[in-house]
Amino acid sequence: MTHPIAPPPKKNPQVRTRVPSRPSEPRSRAALGLAAAAAEGRFMLQACAECGTIQYPPRDACATCLSVDLEWQDVPPLGTLIAETTVRTSTSVYFRERTPWRVGTVQLEAGPIVICHVHDDVERGGKVRLAIKLDKSGQGAMFAMPTEPAPGMEDDPKLREMTCDPKFRRVLITDARNENAVALARALSDAGASTIFVGEAESWRPDPNRDALAAIANVEILPLDVTDTNSVQELAAEIGGKTDILVNNAQFVRPGGIIDRADTVIARDEYEVNVLGLMRLAQAFGPAMRARGADGVNSAVAWVNVLSVYAVSNLPAFGAFSAASAGAFSLSQCLRAELRPGGVRVMNVFSGPTDDEWHQPLPPPKVSPSALAKAIVAGLKEGLEDVFVGDVAKDLIDRWRASPKILEREMTSIEGAGE
Amino acid sequence: VVLAAPATVPYRRFSKETAHWWIARALRQSLTMAGLAPGDVGGFCVSSFSLFPDTAVGLTQHLGLTLRWLDHIPMGGASGVVALRRAARAVQSGDATVVACVAGDANHVDSFRRMLASFSRFAQDASYPYGAGGPNSSFALLTDYYMTAYGATREDFGRICVAQRDNALRNPHAVMKKPLTLDDYLGARMVSDPIALFDCVMPVAGAESFLVMRESDAKAAGIPYAHIRSTIERHNAFPDDPIQYRGGWALDVDELYALADARPDDIDLLQTYDDYPVISMMQIEDLGFCKKGEGPEFVRSHDLTITGDFPHNTSGGQLSAGQAGAGGGFLGLVEAIRQVTGEAGPTQVPGAGTAMVSGFGMINYDRGLCSGAAIISGADA
Repeated sequence: MTHPIAPPPKKNPQVRTRVPSRPSEPRSRAALGLAAAAAEGRFMLQACAECGTIQYPPRDACATCLSVDLEWQDVPPLGTLIAETTVRTSTSVYFRERTPWRVGTVQLEAGPIVICHVHDDVERGGKVRLAIKLDKSGQGAMFAMPTEPAPGMEDDPKLREMTCDPKFRRVLITDARNENAVALARALSDAGASTIFVGEAESWRPDPNRDALAAIANVEILPLDVTDTNSVQELAAEIGGKTDILVNNAQFVRPGGIIDRADTVIARDEYEVNVLGLMRLAQAFGPAMRARGADGVNSAVAWVNVLSVYAVSNLPAFGAFSAASAGAFSLSQCLRAELRPGGVRVMNVFSGPTDDEWHQPLPPPKVSPSALAKAIVAGLKEGLEDVFVGDVAKDLIDRWRASPKILEREMTSIEGAGE
Repeated sequence: VVLAAPATVPYRRFSKETAHWWIARALRQSLTMAGLAPGDVGGFCVSSFSLFPDTAVGLTQHLGLTLRWLDHIPMGGASGVVALRRAARAVQSGDATVVACVAGDANHVDSFRRMLASFSRFAQDASYPYGAGGPNSSFALLTDYYMTAYGATREDFGRICVAQRDNALRNPHAVMKKPLTLDDYLGARMVSDPIALFDCVMPVAGAESFLVMRESDAKAAGIPYAHIRSTIERHNAFPDDPIQYRGGWALDVDELYALADARPDDIDLLQTYDDYPVISMMQIEDLGFCKKGEGPEFVRSHDLTITGDFPHNTSGGQLSAGQAGAGGGFLGLVEAIRQVTGEAGPTQVPGAGTAMVSGFGMINYDRGLCSGAAIISGADA
């Protein structure tokens, strides 16, 4: 059984904050396929397109038939732990600070032999379910889990290094007025977050969510306007050093593309919130989060961007908003690079149309606030980097992967025309 | 074709000197023993992990050697036996009359850590990021499996380590100079379970070398020499074994004895590659001294010291003499040449006529890929 982690004590400001260190990052290009699989929580290995042999470690040629046609595919993750060790002395600064560290050799039923991190609940010689997890370097790492989930297993210290579990962590949600804010705060509270700060713009205006938010345990409503640099900096000065997870949830959504809008006034608002809002938040909160990436049980761990899936391919009916979301998506990739030295993960949540007033003209299926909240908490617990919420988002990314150009042609069709 | 002029440059735990420096010293020592000048060397075979950005090519100009045969063997613990095989073919076929085989490495503070992180592509991608235990953890996994599969105990591995320390106490060049008891071994701190402190080799700086030449030339020079009775070499043996419990020796051992027209009883001493005791135990099995799985019983019922009934790693091996990088792949061979020529001095096994040397190298991912072995005999044997 995993030893449950204890709530962290109040931080002693006189004690030095542990500087983030990271496991070894260099990988061959082939091995980066693990990071891509881990980003979505999939268990994928290379399979030879000619003879079918499943390969590991990642290769450039099949070790059975020398074909170079190796494709990443989902593979059954079951296997047996055939040998194990507990590392007590390591040459790496990162592991040195975290020993004892259990690793093992797993024989997968699919064939390959995998050296992996081993969860404490796995029995000696026992059956395991392998997962690929992102480590603090943002690389995909093999992790042997028990075949059946057990309560408290997320507290395994090795696993917690690779997830962004909200338990005992302090979260900032940036937009109290967003229709999903209540569901999000509730889900994070249920997941064990110790404090949930919710930023509220223009506090003098009535906020329909205010009472519901205030009723949730550990919620604190604080003033925050992501279009106002001073407002963002003031809040960061107050809580920046105790923000462990930041959910960048502020979105400004309006229908319309380019020609049918008379001017760029609305577009300017879309960029102020969706793009520059992200940038202001990152400039104010990013430095402290990056520095606190190894700050104990409640270290800074994740930055969450709630994006539209149309960031990936433009939906002309919401053409200008799609572009702003694409801008935010692109900035998130930059932020990933900038937060990586601290081991802080950027999780992008790509949502299909949400069930709110501004998406009212779009047909179902739509994403409910609770579905979005559930996906965000699950993504944090799994330690994902890319989450697609709702059938529309999942379908769109599937089509994008098959062919971005074909998808673009589909998205830009005039409905009903040419028939 | 014979082996001669075994040379060892005394090891140091850390040294500011480079691989070039260590290799030059070893080469000069071997040449001096044979009464040769650098210009007499026609062939040169190098093994080293720390020559970068040079290879054997850069060394020719650095050391002022003009050669007609050059080789660089990146096989770590198997490099000694492989160097011997290649150099012997070169002399046999007339490509060179004298081939100097040299292995050595620098050991600066922190150079071991740097080497581990980029040891191989599979290590970089799929083993080093898992705890960064390096070879300690790789061998811990093999040891864990072996103990479970064959009932070996820590005491069994301790017997190997303790006997080697006894041998090392006679070797003035050994880095480890304190006596080691089985209780010391069992009480040592765990490094990567079940590997504890005295299961691990100490990385050091140092170099080893020997010459491969025609018998007539060795005779003319008036230096002691050893005959090559047989050799084997194998890479990536048994790829379908889920974990390494045997090495390539098991595939080729019959040929090794047949070529030498010898049996295990004819071997007066054995030098195994011993970066961890489990691999020495596997070699004792795979080289025909007992059956698979009988290694634990074998070490319980035999005395592995110089004066024992099964002299093993008579210089103390890497476990007690130190691991000088690729020089570790030469250590047993250089010591064996001394033994069968009666030149081993304080570590001499009385009446040693025939020795077996085996090599093992390169944990590329989850197992060592290179293996080799040789039987050599003194001129009178």
